[in-house]
Amino acid sequence: MEITETVSIHIDGKPYQAQTGRNLLEACLALGFDVPHFCWHPALGSVGACRQCAVKRFRDENDQGGEIIMACMTPVTPGLRISIHDPEVLRFRAAVIEWLMINHPHDCPVCDEGGECHLQDMTVMTGHTRREYRFRKRTHRNQYLGPFIHHEMNRCIQCYRCVRFYRNIAGGRDLNVFGAHDHVYFGRHQDGVLESEFSGNLVEICPTGTFTDKTQKAHNTRIWDLQTAPSICVHCGLGCNTLPGERYGQLRRVRNRYHHEINGYFLCDRGRFGYEFVNSDKRLRTPLYRPERNIAQREMRLEELFQQAVLRLKNPGTIMGIGSPRASLEANYALRSLVGPENFYAGVTADEHALLELARTILTQGPARAVSVQEAARSDAVLVLGEDLTQTAPLLALALGGLGYQKAVAQARKVQLPAWDDAAVRQFGQEAKPALFIATPQPTRLDQAARTCVRAAPHEIAALGLAVQAELSKDSAAAPEAPEALAPDIAQALAKSERPLIVTGTSLGSPAMVQAAADIARALCRLGKSVGLICCVPECNSMGLALLQAKNLSAAFQKASEGRVDTVIVLENDLYRRAPAQAVDAFLQKAGAVMVLDHLRTPTSLKADMVIPVATFAQTSGTLVNNEGRAQRFHAVFPADETIPEAFRLLVELKQAAFGQGRPHLRPVLEDQRLELSRAFPVFSGLAEPLPSLAQPAPGGKVPRQSMGYSGRTAIHAAVSVHEPKPPHDPDAPLAFSMEGYEGQPPPELITHYHAPGWNSVQALLKYQSIAGGPLKGGSYGRRLFLQAPAAQSDFFEKLPPAIDLKAAERLLVPLHHLFGSEELSMAAPAVAQLAPLPYLALNPEDPLAEEGREVLLTVAEQTLCLKVKVMPGLCRGVAGLPMGLAGIPVVALPAQVVLTKGDAT
Amino acid sequence: MMLILKHLLVVFGVLAAALSASAGLVWLERRLLGLWQDRYGPNRVGPFGLLQVAADGLKMFFKEDWVPPFADKPVFILAPVLALITALLAFAVIPFTAEIMVADLNIGLLFFLAIVSLGVYGVALGGWSSNNKYALIGAVRGVAQMLSYEVFMGLSLMGVVLLTGSFNLREIVLAQQNMWFCIPQFPGLLIFMIAGFAETHRMPFDLPEAESELVAGYHTEYSGMKFGLFFVGEYLGITMTSAMIVTLFFGGWLGPVLPPLVWFAGKTLVFICLFILVRATLPRPRYDQLMAFAWKVFLPLSLLNLVITGAVVVAGR
Amino acid sequence: MTNKESLTVLSILQGLWTILQHTFRKRETVQYPEEKLYLPPRFRGRIILSRDPDGGERCVACHLCSSVCPVDCIALQAAEDETGRRYPAFFRINFSRCILCGFCEEACPTAAIQLTPDFEMAEYRRENLVYEKEDLLISGPGKYPGYNFYKVAGLSIGGKDKGEGENEDPPVDVHGLLP
Repeated sequence: MEITETVSIHIDGKPYQAQTGRNLLEACLALGFDVPHFCWHPALGSVGACRQCAVKRFRDENDQGGEIIMACMTPVTPGLRISIHDPEVLRFRAAVIEWLMINHPHDCPVCDEGGECHLQDMTVMTGHTRREYRFRKRTHRNQYLGPFIHHEMNRCIQCYRCVRFYRNIAGGRDLNVFGAHDHVYFGRHQDGVLESEFSGNLVEICPTGTFTDKTQKAHNTRIWDLQTAPSICVHCGLGCNTLPGERYGQLRRVRNRYHHEINGYFLCDRGRFGYEFVNSDKRLRTPLYRPERNIAQREMRLEELFQQAVLRLKNPGTIMGIGSPRASLEANYALRSLVGPENFYAGVTADEHALLELARTILTQGPARAVSVQEAARSDAVLVLGEDLTQTAPLLALALGGLGYQKAVAQARKVQLPAWDDAAVRQFGQEAKPALFIATPQPTRLDQAARTCVRAAPHEIAALGLAVQAELSKDSAAAPEAPEALAPDIAQALAKSERPLIVTGTSLGSPAMVQAAADIARALCRLGKSVGLICCVPECNSMGLALLQAKNLSAAFQKASEGRVDTVIVLENDLYRRAPAQAVDAFLQKAGAVMVLDHLRTPTSLKADMVIPVATFAQTSGTLVNNEGRAQRFHAVFPADETIPEAFRLLVELKQAAFGQGRPHLRPVLEDQRLELSRAFPVFSGLAEPLPSLAQPAPGGKVPRQSMGYSGRTAIHAAVSVHEPKPPHDPDAPLAFSMEGYEGQPPPELITHYHAPGWNSVQALLKYQSIAGGPLKGGSYGRRLFLQAPAAQSDFFEKLPPAIDLKAAERLLVPLHHLFGSEELSMAAPAVAQLAPLPYLALNPEDPLAEEGREVLLTVAEQTLCLKVKVMPGLCRGVAGLPMGLAGIPVVALPAQVVLTKGDAT
Repeated sequence: MMLILKHLLVVFGVLAAALSASAGLVWLERRLLGLWQDRYGPNRVGPFGLLQVAADGLKMFFKEDWVPPFADKPVFILAPVLALITALLAFAVIPFTAEIMVADLNIGLLFFLAIVSLGVYGVALGGWSSNNKYALIGAVRGVAQMLSYEVFMGLSLMGVVLLTGSFNLREIVLAQQNMWFCIPQFPGLLIFMIAGFAETHRMPFDLPEAESELVAGYHTEYSGMKFGLFFVGEYLGITMTSAMIVTLFFGGWLGPVLPPLVWFAGKTLVFICLFILVRATLPRPRYDQLMAFAWKVFLPLSLLNLVITGAVVVAGR
Repeated sequence: MTNKESLTVLSILQGLWTILQHTFRKRETVQYPEEKLYLPPRFRGRIILSRDPDGGERCVACHLCSSVCPVDCIALQAAEDETGRRYPAFFRINFSRCILCGFCEEACPTAAIQLTPDFEMAEYRRENLVYEKEDLLISGPGKYPGYNFYKVAGLSIGGKDKGEGENEDPPVDVHGLLP
C-alpha cells in the first residue's frame, strides 16, 4: 500500500488539506468542488484524453498568469496553488465542451440517457448554453450489439471510457476503437452480441447515450420517474448491491448500487438484465386451487384460498415445510416457525446441502478469513480451485481479472509512477502476470488473466490442492500425485505472497475439492499468512439457508416415503430443479396436499394443490446472506400487489390464523421475524438491530424512494379514479413510497438514488463518497456473520478423493455453468434467455466422439439423453461437460461416470 | 282601539321598512360599487340582480350555524342579537312624517344617542366571546372608536338643539320650515356625518373588521345567520344614520308638492348613496390617525361650533 | 387647520367627485356567455398535442412536461414503433389538477404540447376532466407550423436514415482509410 500524507494546497487562494498519492482532480472532487471531467473515472484512472478537467496552476503566490493544466494528470504535491474558477480556465473548459458538442446530435428528448447524462451535467456545469456551430454534423451508423446494449454512435464524444472499461477492466476483446480523427468509431468489428459478461456496465460507464440499456429502452422511463430502493441481486451468491427502479407497477431497470467491499462500480449482465423475470408472463398472478388430485387447478380469490389453507393446516398430521436458497432469511424462518423446526427442510439436495454445510463450517471455524470481493481484488496470489468464476460468481472474476493491473501498479510505484496514471501504468506493467492460478475442468474466461491454468477433473483438482497443501506444510510424503507438476510453483507463489487468497466453490459438486481448499488455507495460516478464503455458493441465500441448519431435501423425501405427510409447504422453490423428476413426483404424490408459494409458474407449482403467488424481491423486504457470510437487507422497490402477498407476511398470518399463536402486534412483522431469528440462532444475533434511521427517525422522516422530480402523481391513477390514493405505508423499512421524507444524504445502506445539485448522472456517487472510489460516507454496511476469531489450531481434512477409473467409452460427466441459462429466475427474462445456449454435451477435441453437432446418447439417473456435441477445446480429457439448469437437461448428481454412445443417425 | 291599531301598524310598518331597506341596501351597495368601479355588480339573479338578496339570504340561512368550541357560548349568541336590536330601537324616534313615528318622545334625540351608545355592546361582546385574537383586537378597536366618536357626535348635535330649543325630533324638523339646519349648522353636519361613519364602522372607518389585517375583526368566528344579524345590523345603522342626518339637518319630511314620506325617503336615499360613494372612494386610515382625528380635530371643532352657535343664539335673543 | 390638512380635505372631495363621475363611464365587464372576449393565440388554456407538418405525432415522450409540471398532473409512457420513432403509448392530463401554468409548453423540446385559447372545459364530473391522448391530439401543427423534431435529431427513424436529417453529413465509412 502506498503511503499517503496530508498536505496543504491552495485552491482559489484558500488553503485546503489534500492527500498525496491522489491526483488533483480526485482531491478537488473530494473537497466538494465541481470540476467537470469525462475520461477520468474512479475505477478507470486518468488518461488525460478529454481536456475537460483543466485548472490553472500558479508557481507561487506572486504568480498572476499561471498555466492551464489537466487536474487528472497532476499529482497532489505540497504547496500546490491552483484556481478552478479563473476566468481563462472557465473559458477553456467551455470551449472544450463546445468542441465535444459539435457533432453531438440534437436528440436528448429521445435519448434514454437524458436526465442522467454526464454530458448534460458537464455542459450545464461549464456554462455552454448556446450552440454556435452552424455546419453539418458527422453521423455514424449504429451496430447491433445484442439484447442488452443499444448503440447510438452519433452521440459519442470520444472519451474512450467504453473501450478502457471493456478491454482493460472486463477483459473483453470484441469492443474496440476504429478509424481516425473525426471518424473515430467505438464498436465491434461487425454487428454481433457483445461477448463480455460485463457489457451492461457500458451503460453506466458511458458519459453519454452512446451505450444505453436496451431492456430499459423497451419500457423507457426517465430516472426521475423511477421509484427505487436499495436491493440485493438475487441471481448469484455474491450479494451485489443493486438499485432496481420501478414505474407503473413494472420493474424498469437495475442499476449498480455502490458497495465498496462487494461490487464496487460494476454488475454482471445477469444481475443487471435478469430483473425482467419480475415482469415476466411466466409469473404466477392468481392463486390456484384444486380440491382433489385429479382435477385441474382453478383460480380462486386469495381470501378463500387462505381459508382453505388454514383449514388444511388445522388437520392433525405432519406439516412439512421446504425452504429455499432464493427466499429471504425471514421468509424461510417464518416457514420454519409455522411448521416447527423438526419439520423444516432446506430445499436443496443432500449433496449440495453437504457442500454448503462444509462451506459454512470452514468459514465459521476458520482459520482462514472469509473475504469480500473487493478484498479479493487486492490479493497478490490467488488459487482458484474448480470454479468457473465468470459463470458462477462473475463479479469475483471481474475483481480477479484486475490482479494484473494491481501488480503493474505495485511495480510502477517503484519507478514513481502514480497508481492513477492508467495509461502509463498499463504500458509499464504490460508483462506483469499476476500470481493467479486456475484449476478447472473446462477453459474459463478468466484464463487470459491467469499465470497458469490447469485443466483437470474435480478429483484431480482436489489432489492438486492437497499437493499444494503438502508442499506448503513441507510434508512431501503426504503429497498425492498431482495432475501436473505445478504444486511447487503454486505453493511457492502463495508462500511468497502477503495476501494470499484461495477461491473455491460448490459448482463442481466436489466436497473433497472444497476441503482441499480449506487445507491450503490452513497450511498458509500455519505459515503465519493472513489468508483469505472464498467459497462460491450457487444462490443468493444459499449461505443463509445453511445457517438455518435444517435437514436436506433427501431427508424430506425419506420421511414422506416412510409415512404420510399431511401437508407440504414449498416456499419459492422448484423441486424439479433440485432432484430427479421421479423422486419429486413420488414425494408430491405421497403428500396429502401440496402448497406452493412462488413467483414463477414452475413445474412444482403445476403439481400443487394450492398455489399462492408471492411477491418477488422487488416487492418485499428481507435479508440475504451472501457467500462471505454477510447479511444484507433488501427493501421492497414498490408495494406488493393486493393479490400477491409477501411470503414472510403470508406465512406469519397463516400461523396466526391456523394455530392462534397471536403475534403481539407491537413490532412490524419483519422486525419481529428478525428478532425471533436472532433468538433462535446466535449467529444472527446482530440482525434484529434496527437500521440507524429506524432506531432514530431522521428529522425529515423516512427516506423517500421517489426522487424529487417524480412526476404524474395526480394523473397516474386518474384514469381509474380522480381521487388520488394515499401513498402506501411501509411498516418494514425506513423508506417511504413517496417523494416526501428525509432530505439530504441518508445512511449509506438506505441510498435510494444518487443525486447532488448539478450532478444528475450516476457520477453523483462522488458526492456520497469521502474520496472517489472509497467507501460511502457513513461507512460500511451489511453485517458480517463470520467475523468471530478463528481457531488457528484446526486440523487438516487431508481427505484424498478416491481415484476414478474410467472404463472405455466412459467419461466423467461434470457440470458446466452458464451465466445466462444456469440460473432459474433470470431465465424468465427474455433478454437473458435469448443468450442461453441450447442443451449440449461438451467434449474435448481429442475425444473419439468429438464432432460438432453429432448426437450422442448418455444415460444418467435412469434417464437416457440425446444431446448434440459441442467441441470444447481445452476441456479436460476424459471429461464430458453437461450444462446445468437448461431446459431439457435433467437434474443429476454430478460428477458421475457415464457411458457415451453415438446417437442414431436419424 | 283605532289608535292602538294605528300604532301597531306604524310599529310593524317601520320594522318592515327598516329591515327591507337594509336588505335592499345590500343589493344597492353592490350595484353602486359596481357602477362606480365600471362594472355591473350582481345582475344575473332576477331582474337587475334584485333576487341576489334573496339568494344571499337563503344561503345565509342554510349555512352551518357554527359555534366555536372555545367560544363563550351564551355571550357569543347574545352579541349579534344585541347588535341588531340596538340598531332597530333607534328607529323608534325617527319622524318619518309628522304623523308616522313610533314614539314621539320629548327627549328623542337623547334617546337616539343613548341607543347608539348601546350599539357598542354588540361589537364588544361578539369580539370578546369569540375567544379569538383577531376578534378581540377588532372588538377593542371598535369599542375605543365608538366611544371616542360618540363624544363629539353628541356635541355636534347640540347646535341643532340650541337652535330649536328642544330634544323632540318632530319639533326639530318643524323648526326647519324656513331654513334647513344644514346651513347654519354646517360644521355640525360635517362632524355628525363623520361621526356617523365611525359609529357604524363603515368604510373608511371599518377598522374593527379590517379584513386585510384582522381577517374579519370582531365577527371572525361568526357564520350563518348570526353573521347575518351583524350584517343586517350594519345596514340598519347606515339607514338610521342617513335618516338622522335628514331629520336633523335637511328638514326631514319637509318639501313641496310630493307627499312628505316620499321626501323623507328620497332624502335618506341620497345620504345612503353618499355612504356608499365614500366607501367606493376613501381608503382606511391608520388606527392612530383615526383616534387623533377624533380627539385633536373633531372634539375642538364641535366645541367651537357649540360655543359660536350659543353665542349667536344668545345674541339673537 | 394647516394648509396641508385643508388640502387633504380638498383631495377627499376631489376623490368623491372623480368616483361620482364614473357613474357615466362605460363598463369594462364583458357579459361573458353572451359576449365573448378575444383570446390571443398565446393564451394559456386547454392543452393539446400537435402533429408535425408530415402529420406524425410530435410528442416523443421525453417526459419533460411531466417532470416540470408543478401539480404533477401529466402522466405518460413512452413507446417506440418498429422504425425507432418514439411516441407516447398513453398520455394523460388530469385537468381537474391542471393550473394552466404553461410550464409544460415551455419545457417541450418538440413543440408538441401547446396551450390553446380555450378555457371552456367545465364539467359536472371530475372524471370527465381526465384527458387521454385521443382527447389531446389535434390534427395540425398548432402555433409552430414548420417545426419537425426528427428532421433535426440525429436519430434514424422510418423514412429518414442516418445522415438524411438537416445539416447532417452522410454516415462515416469506418472502413475507409482516407483522412
